[in-house]
Amino acid sequence: MKRFIVVLMALFLVFAAFGTAAAADKKAEPVRIGIYLPMTGGVAAYGQMEYAGVQVANKMKPTVLGKPVELFLVDTKSDKIEAANAVDRLIKKEKVKAIIGEAISGNTMAGGPIADKSKVPMVSPTATNPLVTQNREYVFRVCFIDPFQGEMAAKYAFEVLGARKAAMMIDIAQDYCVGLGNFFAKSFIKQGGKIVAMTYCQTGDQDFTAQLSTIMAAKPDVLYLPNYYTEVALTCKQAVELGLKVPVFTADGAQAPELLSIGGKDVEGVILTAHFAKEAAATDLARQYIESYKKETGKDASGFDALGADAYFVILDAMTRAKSTDGPKVREALASTKNFNGVSGIINIGPDGNAVKSLVLLHVKDGDFKYLATVNP
Amino acid sequence: MEFSQLAQQLINGLSLGSLYGLIAIGYTMVYGILRLINFAHGDVMMMGCFFAFYGIMIFSLPWWVSFPIAIALTALLGILIDRGAYRPVRNAPRISALITAIGVSFFLENLGLVIFGGRPKGFPRPDIFAGIYTIGDVRFLGLSIWVPIIALGLLLVILYLVYRTRVGRAMRCISYDMETTRLMGVDVNRIVAITFAVGSAAAAAGGILWAMKYPQINPLMGVIPGLKAFVAAVLGGIGNVVGAMLGGLILGLAEILLVAFRPDLSGYRDAIAFGILILILLFRPTGLMGEKLPE
Repeated sequence: MKRFIVVLMALFLVFAAFGTAAAADKKAEPVRIGIYLPMTGGVAAYGQMEYAGVQVANKMKPTVLGKPVELFLVDTKSDKIEAANAVDRLIKKEKVKAIIGEAISGNTMAGGPIADKSKVPMVSPTATNPLVTQNREYVFRVCFIDPFQGEMAAKYAFEVLGARKAAMMIDIAQDYCVGLGNFFAKSFIKQGGKIVAMTYCQTGDQDFTAQLSTIMAAKPDVLYLPNYYTEVALTCKQAVELGLKVPVFTADGAQAPELLSIGGKDVEGVILTAHFAKEAAATDLARQYIESYKKETGKDASGFDALGADAYFVILDAMTRAKSTDGPKVREALASTKNFNGVSGIINIGPDGNAVKSLVLLHVKDGDFKYLATVNP
Repeated sequence: MEFSQLAQQLINGLSLGSLYGLIAIGYTMVYGILRLINFAHGDVMMMGCFFAFYGIMIFSLPWWVSFPIAIALTALLGILIDRGAYRPVRNAPRISALITAIGVSFFLENLGLVIFGGRPKGFPRPDIFAGIYTIGDVRFLGLSIWVPIIALGLLLVILYLVYRTRVGRAMRCISYDMETTRLMGVDVNRIVAITFAVGSAAAAAGGILWAMKYPQINPLMGVIPGLKAFVAAVLGGIGNVVGAMLGGLILGLAEILLVAFRPDLSGYRDAIAFGILILILLFRPTGLMGEKLPE
């Protein structure tokens, strides 16, 4: 009998706790925005930077439609399956109104279909592969796409660097790297250049000496690496060790502090196409954001955090224009985002879910990313 | 392919292969004595790298102090793992120990994620190892000479330990028959602890050299080298220390030469390693230098 009473009391306590929690929810009625990002694993730097950007943006603009915005983060461990599970959880269990993420194309392609099916709008800060938004009504992005990035890189390599023979190493485990690599190659050949060595690697590989020795024998004018930061940093180090003295060109995936800390002096001179540089801030929001970011984190704003913030601002803007947090209505508003003054520049989103915007060229100098130029589409 | 390019690729292969071999030595030694495939070996190696990293970065120790301390700490970690995870299942069926090893592996990886964070860190490379040498058109890192030398030294130390000391004799006895060894008055738990300490120290040494060659460390860095070392150990004949070194060299050369001759297949080099594993298991399960299985 005594045990029965104890069980009864425990049950009562549990219900009481649920009751008060539900009551608190009713009072505040926050708008929940789910975030799924790689906070650990191979591309953790992107997730951590983007989450910091979203948090700063949330501090700058904490309410929408008169309600507080609540962020809910799930770590995808840089893994496709975890990414799909994360979206499922955000929608079914956490009942979020919109989703920010993922940072990389492959993982967004794993999460996108689930959001699409449940009619929950999703905005990826930095998934640049064109397939991410293809046939996905509810998936959007605030970054440029890879055909543009690859073409601009090929143009710059051909015209400014004067390269005629390019060598490449592509990470075949990543949709982003394969896609971008192909767009660069196509564009470079169209310009009149030649791909003299095409080699491959896989995410997590550490030894690239064999590929680089093959590349050296082909005597290229430029080495194009459309890969993520760890692989790019290690490749640059081994290229210097093997005596490969050609300019290294890489892409938005390399704009992480890890490139500098792992690569050290061996990444000096590396050129990259990127989303944002604080020197190129073009809008009032950007200037406010750079200041807030510095105050909150003590660090300088850069590409990935700025786009994380943009994803957040764009969703809030769409909800405001839709005057609702209802999935289909927010989706319509997102698809008609026109001339939005974002952190990373002016953002236009079409019905295809893609943003049309400019890119910046950066290079590594004196151990930091330095701004070179802005390229408009 | 020109000769100088081939020579360069051979050097690349030897340098990678001796790293595989170095890590495989500790793997195979623990197996040879305990018949336990220590799947946590790669993760123990990762812990060793982080100990060395923090020794240099936080306590600003010079490398020749930090590295030995890291190796000693990793040996201690090996003893702790044995005491906490493997000793309770020592008399259980072998499959329990294997599953425990996988559990330890996941535990270390996730502990690393919590403590060290998921973002990779740049590992410092002391100047003595950073020199670049040139012979003709062939270039290599100073470290690439040190790795085989250190691997050979480690090999000799382990061979001496196992075949020329009392502890080594006890180890060999345990590998034949643990129960009888215990009846003979040998403190089996102490000997096993020593085995794990030596195996883990070897992992740390291999890991630190690995981290200097490929200077980024993260909590999941041990997974692939651990698997490759496992393949190397099986290739050489698991349990055989010399075989592990040989297996590592063959594996490294095979991977590099695949990329050298077929750059279009370079994304599939891991398939080579695991393809070799499957072939060996099919046609010569005891490996190149392994003993014949008792009938």
